[in-house]
Parts: sequence; C-alpha cells; structure tokens
Amino acid sequence: MHPAWSIIFFTSASGLGLGLAAWIVLGLIDLSQFWHLIFVAGFTFGLIGAGLLSSTLHLGHPERAWRALSQWRSSWLSREGVLAVLVLAALGGWFLYTYMRGAPPQWVGFALVILITATVYATSMIYASLKTVTCWYHPLTPTCYLMFAASGGLLANLWLVVIAGQSVTAIIQSLAAVLIVLAWLVKFAWWWMLDHKVMESTLETATGLGSFGKVRSLMPPHTSENYLQKEMGFVIARRHALKLRIISVLLGGLIPLVLIIFASSSPLLLGLALLCHLTGVFVERWLFFAEAKHVVSLYYGDQH
Amino acid sequence: MTSLPEPSAIKLGLVIDLDICVGCQACVVNCKEWNTSGYGAPLSDENAYGANPNGAWLNRVHAFEAGNAEEAKTVHFPKSCLHCEDAPCVTACPTGASFKRAEDGIVLVNEDWCIGCGLCAWSCPYGAREMDPAEGVMKKCTLCVDRIYNDNLKEEDRVPACVRTCPTGARHFGDLGDPESEVSLLVAARSGYDLLPEQNTKPVNKYLPPRPRRKAEDAPMSLVAMAEASTPKGFWKWMDSTLEKLG
Repeated sequence: MHPAWSIIFFTSASGLGLGLAAWIVLGLIDLSQFWHLIFVAGFTFGLIGAGLLSSTLHLGHPERAWRALSQWRSSWLSREGVLAVLVLAALGGWFLYTYMRGAPPQWVGFALVILITATVYATSMIYASLKTVTCWYHPLTPTCYLMFAASGGLLANLWLVVIAGQSVTAIIQSLAAVLIVLAWLVKFAWWWMLDHKVMESTLETATGLGSFGKVRSLMPPHTSENYLQKEMGFVIARRHALKLRIISVLLGGLIPLVLIIFASSSPLLLGLALLCHLTGVFVERWLFFAEAKHVVSLYYGDQH
Repeated sequence: MTSLPEPSAIKLGLVIDLDICVGCQACVVNCKEWNTSGYGAPLSDENAYGANPNGAWLNRVHAFEAGNAEEAKTVHFPKSCLHCEDAPCVTACPTGASFKRAEDGIVLVNEDWCIGCGLCAWSCPYGAREMDPAEGVMKKCTLCVDRIYNDNLKEEDRVPACVRTCPTGARHFGDLGDPESEVSLLVAARSGYDLLPEQNTKPVNKYLPPRPRRKAEDAPMSLVAMAEASTPKGFWKWMDSTLEKLG
C-alpha cells in the first residue's frame, strides 16, 4: 500500500497524543499550576489535533469532511471521526474542570480512558477491517496500535512530569519500560504474522482460470501506472524492509528503553527518548503501509 | 446510508464471455466516452499526450496467459465494477456517498458527498474504483444507469455502453436476480463463475470461462491427408491410372 505521509503522521501523532491523554486523565501528572496545565493541554491537543488535521487535509475534498461523521453504523473511518470529536470535547472539558475546580473525580478519568481506547481502536480498525489487505486483517493490528499509543503516551507523560519539576515514581518508570518492551514484542509477532500469513487469494482465483494451469499476467490494461498501482502496488519498501525494521526497533524501542532506565530525571534525555520513539513509530508505521500487499496487485502480476 | 440494503430481487449486472473477448478495447473506450459526459464529473486524464498519461477509467481489459506450452491460453479479461451484493466499498464509506440501490442493486457514488478519502478503493478487491485526478472524487462503473432507464434513447441503446459497443458480443447485460433471464440461462449453461469468491463479496457480474481447446486428434484432417485418402472417379480415375502406367 502507498505510504502516504499524511496518514503515517496522523496515526503516529494522534496515537501518541491519545495515549498521553489517557495517562494524564488517570492523574499521572499534577496540573495544579496554571502554566503546567496550559503546556500539557497544549502539547496533548497539539499532537492529536495535528494528526487529525493532517488526515483531513489528505482528503480530495477536506471541506466536506464533516460528512464523515454520519456513517458510524457501518464505517470504521466514520466511527474514528465521531470518537475523535467526542474525545477532543471531553478532554477539553476535563482540562477546563481541572483548571476551575482541580482534579475531577477518578471515575471521569476511567470513562475518558475507555473513550480514548475506543478511538485508537477505531483508528486501527480502519485498516484491520480491510479483508483485501491480508496482513492488516488480523487482531494483532489493533493490538499494535493500542500498545504503541499506551507506551508512547506514558513516555510522553514521563517527560512532561520531569520538565514540570515533579518527581517520577519508580513504579511509573518501570511501567514505561515494560510497556515499551511489550509494544515491540507485539510488533515482532505482527511482523512474524506478515512474513508467514499466506494470501488466500491468488491470480487463479482472481481470474477463475486456474483450471487451465498457472495464470500469468501477459499485458497490463494500460501503458503507464494507474491509480490502483500507485495506491496499492507499492513495492519499493519490501527491498529494504529488514533494515527499516531494525532502525524502527532501535529508535522506537531500544534507545527510549535505555534512556528511561538510566536517565529518567533528565528532561533533555527524556525529550530525546520521546523524539526517538516518535521517529521509530513513524518508520514502523511507514512499513505498516509499505509492506502491506493488496489483493488487487494480483491482477497486475504481483505474485510475491 | 452506507449500510447495505436487503438483497434486491432485481440484480442488474454483466456477464462477460472470456471465450469470445479479443481484447480490442472498444468497451474501454466507449465506456470512457459515454461516462465522461454522463453521470457525475467528467472522467479526467492527466498528461494525456505525454510520456506517462494517467486518468480515471471505469473499465479495463487485462490479458492473462493460463497453462503451459501447447496448452497455454491467452485470455483477454475485461474488468469493471461487479456490483457486489456484499459490497465492502459501500460499508467502508464514511460519508454515505457510496451506496447500493435497493431497487436494482447498482452500486453508485454520490459525487457531491464524496470526500475523496479513497477507503472504498482500498476495500474493493477487484480494483473497480479509481480516484478522479482532477475532481478528487471516486469514480466507478454506474452500469450506465443514465442509459439503461433512458426513454430518450432507442430501445436497443438502453444497455451499458460497453455492451452496446462490443463488436464480438462478449458482453451481456441483464437481470441476474431472475433465474429465467437470458443472462442467468447463459451463466447456467456455460458454468459462469465469480471472481475472488473467497473474498465473500458475492459479485453480481459473472464470467464465462474460455471453452477448452480442441485436442489435436479431434482436429479436421489436413488437406494432404484428405487428398491421399480419397479415390478418384471418372476422368480423373482414367488419368490417374494412365499416368501411373507411364511409370
């Protein structure tokens, strides 16, 4: 699948922002000081908002984007839109309440975490519901999205706590490290699945000509690349997949892990850990699209 | 509303005969010609006369080779929207622009509502949808909905443009929901089949397989063999025997 920058940025930035929001509403950072509240709210809304904006501007007709809120009964993209709007509103309310009256009751935080989890899940289901992309059509896909949002979010929370001059408890520090390890373990499982899952469809079932023997594409229907090939026939990544996987694990997993364990009191080094994590997830997300193969590529002779 | 309607009694669709298609591309061109001035925005092209032309087409003809050596067959393979009963493109649409008509099963795009997100094209296993490069909305086969019900056209023209133009009669249009319709009888007689049945989209359009190649021993005798096998009569018999005597 074509790895569009707008969508990669959307899923990684919004995912991180939503994960961060979940830890904030669970009370993992003290927001009693006004400037802390403003900075944390700005940072969280910035991440979620920039991601959503990027995905909206990617549309052929961004001015009609509001229509996407209507088909939540059948469409995961629509559900994601509705949930994102709800989360932004609820989160705004949460920050406002915190500013005016101090931390809201715990159950509000738990309710928001459920809403946030549903939003990240809906984002992942846009892809995981596509039967046409065999490797996406698997429960491990939403698991990956949720784990990266949770682990990246906690890392971001840790960084905010440290720059606000608050103390980090050993439990939270360990949890951040454990979540990063777990997230990458899930991703390794996903990659194993990608490398071993066999596409049920073949050019024989696509053409119905299997009874005559092996089917090969003899001539494409046009002389230059069309929309389908540009959008769904992306093959460049597969050549460098292994190198890119290693880069993403180093940046998104190993470096943040080491920095969380050994430098959890340094705002600068934790900031670096967060930046590395975001870049690593960015590469991971790029591969998520670039390595995915669509059924329609069979018609264009891609048998690999 | 992008939830799918109850399966309609009338299921309009195409039956494509792979035994007959010669890959002349006339259906492709006539489809573009009709639909660029019909339903919705024109079907645009980019860089049409340049090195890498690009454009939205609703019908494309592939060519495949099946089998090996003497048994190999070249099959020209037209492909357009199959108007699936369980159309994943319809349920994936976030805006309600993509819909399946309850009355005849035609899958259409309301271009005024389409946001151009492309998710319907991703969910279609057949590659039946293409984004219009100029308009930024999704394009697909309409089964020439603006021809088949059009009283301003002569009766014989009230079929999809691709069917009307096919010079070999490889394309048939009709109601596949009616088991007694001409197209349904044709599908039954020729063992018509679905593309990618494992994707569970229940396509309405059917494909008729190429007929099996005749075996060499069933082929008509060669002219030489025919001449040698026949015994001359009358004048030719006299000439044959006379010439034979001359040594």
